[in-house]
Amino acid sequence: MTIQFNDETFRDDYSFRNSDWAIKRFPFPFHEDSYMYAVNMEQHRGGPEGSVYEKRFDVDEHYVSEMRDRAMVLADDPLRCQSLPHMTLAGWDLLELIMVSKSEDYPDLFELHRDGNQWRWINKPLGIDDSFTFLDETTLPYGPMEYITRQTQGDFCVLDQRDDMLWMDAGMVTTQADWSLDFDIGMNFFEWHAPVPLAHEKGIFVRALKFLLNIQQGAPARRLNWTMTVNPLLDTSPENYHKWGIQKTTLTPENIGSKQHLRVELQTFFRLPRSNALVFPIRCYLCSFQDLMTMPKWGRRLHRVVRDLPEELATYKGFIDNRPMMLDYLSQFDDGQPTSPGVWPDFETEPPLKT
Amino acid sequence: MSAAPQKAKPGGQQIPVVVSAVVPLNDLVTRFEFQRRDGGLFPPFSGGAHTVVEMKDGDLTRLNPYSLMSDPADSSTYAISVRREDDGRGGSLFMHRNVTQGDEMMISYPVNLFSLDLRAKKHMFFAGGIGITPFMAMIAQLEQSNGNWELHYACRTESLGTYVDVLSYKYPNKVHVYYDDQKQAIPLEDLLDGQPLGTNAYVCGPKGMIDWVHATAQAAGWPDAQVHSEEFLKPEPGKEFEVRLCKSDKTITVGENESLLEAIERAGVEAPFLCRGGACGQCETDVVKADGEFVHRDHWLDDEQHASGEKIMPCVSRFLGTLELDR
Repeated sequence: MTIQFNDETFRDDYSFRNSDWAIKRFPFPFHEDSYMYAVNMEQHRGGPEGSVYEKRFDVDEHYVSEMRDRAMVLADDPLRCQSLPHMTLAGWDLLELIMVSKSEDYPDLFELHRDGNQWRWINKPLGIDDSFTFLDETTLPYGPMEYITRQTQGDFCVLDQRDDMLWMDAGMVTTQADWSLDFDIGMNFFEWHAPVPLAHEKGIFVRALKFLLNIQQGAPARRLNWTMTVNPLLDTSPENYHKWGIQKTTLTPENIGSKQHLRVELQTFFRLPRSNALVFPIRCYLCSFQDLMTMPKWGRRLHRVVRDLPEELATYKGFIDNRPMMLDYLSQFDDGQPTSPGVWPDFETEPPLKT
Repeated sequence: MSAAPQKAKPGGQQIPVVVSAVVPLNDLVTRFEFQRRDGGLFPPFSGGAHTVVEMKDGDLTRLNPYSLMSDPADSSTYAISVRREDDGRGGSLFMHRNVTQGDEMMISYPVNLFSLDLRAKKHMFFAGGIGITPFMAMIAQLEQSNGNWELHYACRTESLGTYVDVLSYKYPNKVHVYYDDQKQAIPLEDLLDGQPLGTNAYVCGPKGMIDWVHATAQAAGWPDAQVHSEEFLKPEPGKEFEVRLCKSDKTITVGENESLLEAIERAGVEAPFLCRGGACGQCETDVVKADGEFVHRDHWLDDEQHASGEKIMPCVSRFLGTLELDR
């Protein structure tokens, strides 16, 4: 299908909206009526047609506006994009992976023409037509990682692999759930995950690291993560907490349905061939509570998950103070009926809300 | 999350190839070159990567890892160089005797357990015999980016000096060759002394050589993280033993000359694997019950895990007694 790109904002007047299509394909992260950390990894090799899992790098109606928001964040704070000197080759790997994937998966939107190392890249939605020499960064307006991630939705962590460990040595991070690349740059896997509660005790990170070290070329993986965001903000960074943190206090029973968003990250993992580094794209999807409630199954389930979530997790995810108001709102959409297993909305088969 | 659960194929993705050239290099070593059967290009790879070659030897499927030694920038051809091991388990003999130009084979995507530290200001390579192969690809990769490297290469005799001619011709100032039969030895202590800060050392060769380089570098004050090695273990023969595979509800006998992993596969049970040499961790298996003694031989599990008796790496490790596995 040809995508109609929205003209919308993720700040100030928050004109961000999800179409019916975007709501239906929203990556709802709960496969059952409760939630706990798990190494919930699976192969990233396609998915149902039209779903966010189908393509290697999903492009949706928010693409053009998200890229405009990223450019604004970078103009204010260039340290959101950093690459240590030894990571340039990994940047070229990432550029190649994205250009090849997008031109194959969306031939109507992106074109890549290669003659040896002479490459021409056409990005129609953003109006870009650049010719350059592969592996020669003097022929691009930015470094290779910055160049391609200014044109690709989602944050990107490029992890070097040394001594059976992963290192946060490069990244483009402007749509993050309250963590800072500038703070984490150069850290190892355990160091940058140190603030996460409960998961260390459960041995989650030791197992996750072993899994990630073993991700092989040609066999990418994915998982989902989630949190809550008031207003459709892409940039919920520690650097700008003074701007967005206060907005959590603006929630009222009247506006919660439109202001409170479930924030879901589709995290994928690809081995990069030339550098043997690992790229970890973190793609953010936002959906307001009132839009989620149009799917009866999601309404019932979200209420149960938020209600039963351990206090530590609600605190870490930053919504402990607003939880009672969320539950007042969500309980209207939970009639106690059972839900079908799995993440899909099952709109046609799940019973409508009993009132 | 089960968005679209798909089971990973054990051993990772494979590429169907045709043997495009078989080039004998000397009495012991032959190079095999592969091209894709679909006529396409191979994925790029990083120096130090290996591929697992699948050999159909009668009823037996052999899976042996070999370092990719071709230029990583050349996506048209992959090449490996195989030393004939007359006393080995048969994989290299099969390659030498049975594989000819035009044969169709399956090889795995590249896997790198021995990659360059791209932060290094200088790379020192120490090769022994057939251990030269990963360095062929690393050198090609570094030459493309004007990397700073030198090679110290120990061979038994001039006639067994695989690729000495090519390397000495192309890089006369960077390649240093030492012949055992001429009583030449790598002056390791002198070489490790006085290298610039940020130099990394890499060794590939017989186990004795690997241990020697690690020990000498450590004694000279080198940080362990700056000395890299790759040693593929080969499964070793041992006493026959019986294993109960709980999930598949099967009981198998592991023969003297096969590995536990091979016996599991022979029983038609799918088990994950990659390197088949005790290094990558992919085949890690939970032990349900153990009556007897473990013979752990892998580099993956730590001492505590070995002692716990809760895990085994079936590609290289064995058991004396009877074992129940969660497989």
